[in-house]
Amino acid sequence: MSPIVKKKGEKFTIPGKYLLFILTILCCVLMVVCVTTDVISRPINSVLGYVVVPYQRGISNIGSYLKDRKSELVNIRDLINENATLREKINELEIENTKLMQDKYELNSLRELYELDMTYDTYRKVGASVIYCDSGNWFSTFIVDKGYKDGIEPDMNVVAGKGLVGRVTIVGPNWSKITSIISDNFNVSGKLISTSENLIVSGNLESLSSSGVIPFSQLIDADSKVTKGDKIVTSDISNKYLPGLIIGYVDSITNDSNNLTKSGYLIPVIDFEHLDNVLIILDKKQEITPEDEEKGFTAIDFEDNDGNLPEEPSQEE
Amino acid sequence: MIIRIIVAAILLITSFVLQGTVFEGISFAGTVPNLVLILTVSVGLMRGQKSGMFIGFFGGIIMDAFVGPTIGFYALILMYIGYANGYFNKIFFPEDIKLPLGMVIISDLFYGCISYMLLFLLRGRLDFSYYLLHIIIPECVYTILLTVPFYPLIFIINRFLEQQEQRRAKKFV
Repeated sequence: MSPIVKKKGEKFTIPGKYLLFILTILCCVLMVVCVTTDVISRPINSVLGYVVVPYQRGISNIGSYLKDRKSELVNIRDLINENATLREKINELEIENTKLMQDKYELNSLRELYELDMTYDTYRKVGASVIYCDSGNWFSTFIVDKGYKDGIEPDMNVVAGKGLVGRVTIVGPNWSKITSIISDNFNVSGKLISTSENLIVSGNLESLSSSGVIPFSQLIDADSKVTKGDKIVTSDISNKYLPGLIIGYVDSITNDSNNLTKSGYLIPVIDFEHLDNVLIILDKKQEITPEDEEKGFTAIDFEDNDGNLPEEPSQEE
Repeated sequence: MIIRIIVAAILLITSFVLQGTVFEGISFAGTVPNLVLILTVSVGLMRGQKSGMFIGFFGGIIMDAFVGPTIGFYALILMYIGYANGYFNKIFFPEDIKLPLGMVIISDLFYGCISYMLLFLLRGRLDFSYYLLHIIIPECVYTILLTVPFYPLIFIINRFLEQQEQRRAKKFV
């Protein structure tokens, strides 16, 4: 007799084994469906957004308070030592500063050359605060308190202070998930400012947690012009990232075994450990579709990137 | 039954929120304890296979929706952990914390290794020893430390609910 069959006077129950089997299949179906469409994830995201996010928002204040206290305790001893060395350094730096002021004029002219000074100012941005960090230890993602109600869409770029943090991957009504560029499964197309060569920046958990750097590869540098400390920004050819957002600085370079390309490591400009507030750029880099034209997206996009015309034609076409 | 479900939901959401906010703030060696896993293991031990399975499933769904790679991934892993822990329900004495501790160690190592295999090994990150020493084991140690205060709390809540249910059953008869 099958164990599912109801016996007289007994409550109807499904044995655990069968339930486990049913739920396993359900999970597999969910995974397949979620990879292809967002039919299921959208309602789940909305429901959880209303239940969990307000709670997260409250408790994350406690979390950041504890983080501050912890870093204070850790830092006090270091700070005393650091203070002494820093005082010595100030003197050295003041001398250097005068020298650098002269270089600054040169830098400004170079900036005009690369048209980098307009990078962030012309984009429309919205600020958001981080309310939750990835609990899984494996990837570097976090959740902020703005969602599609605030006009956030997937693939919008996220910056903080000086440089690129990552991009929005999942959006709920009042929250969105940001995957940072240091995530192990993420690649960004970058460009060296000094030589304008393109390269690929990949997130890597191993190198990041051991020495705070992430690898780059596919760099063409036949004349060995690239040196440590060169600035890497997002490239023009990326279809997800706006051009000119700072990623980091070159830390080390090695020749690849094919002798054509080089790879190495870069130090990200963002301190991903202490992100509290981020800016989400509302302008997306994307193909112009008829839908966007209806929304008047083209007009806005065009206006905002007014000073950027020489770089943009490939996009507008 | 309904009270039990509501309590379980509150516990699940609380442990998920805590592990990403408060414990993110006081992280240790760059890792965060896995409170949802502690909850799954404890419920599996206290209540048996089915309860463990459901707690694992819904805990996993919450994790998936916010931080997981896709919906259903952590749900599947945690569901099996909850179910497997249900087998030890028969040899489980609630006052003895050694079995829960041992089961949390085994479950967390299993959870870490499966996550590594599916999320990293399949993408060609072959240096297993590095990930074991720097992520899986620190997470496991931190999780065990957190089990010591967290498990008695779940135990007290469970005993309270059981007493309530018994009282109600008596009234009914």
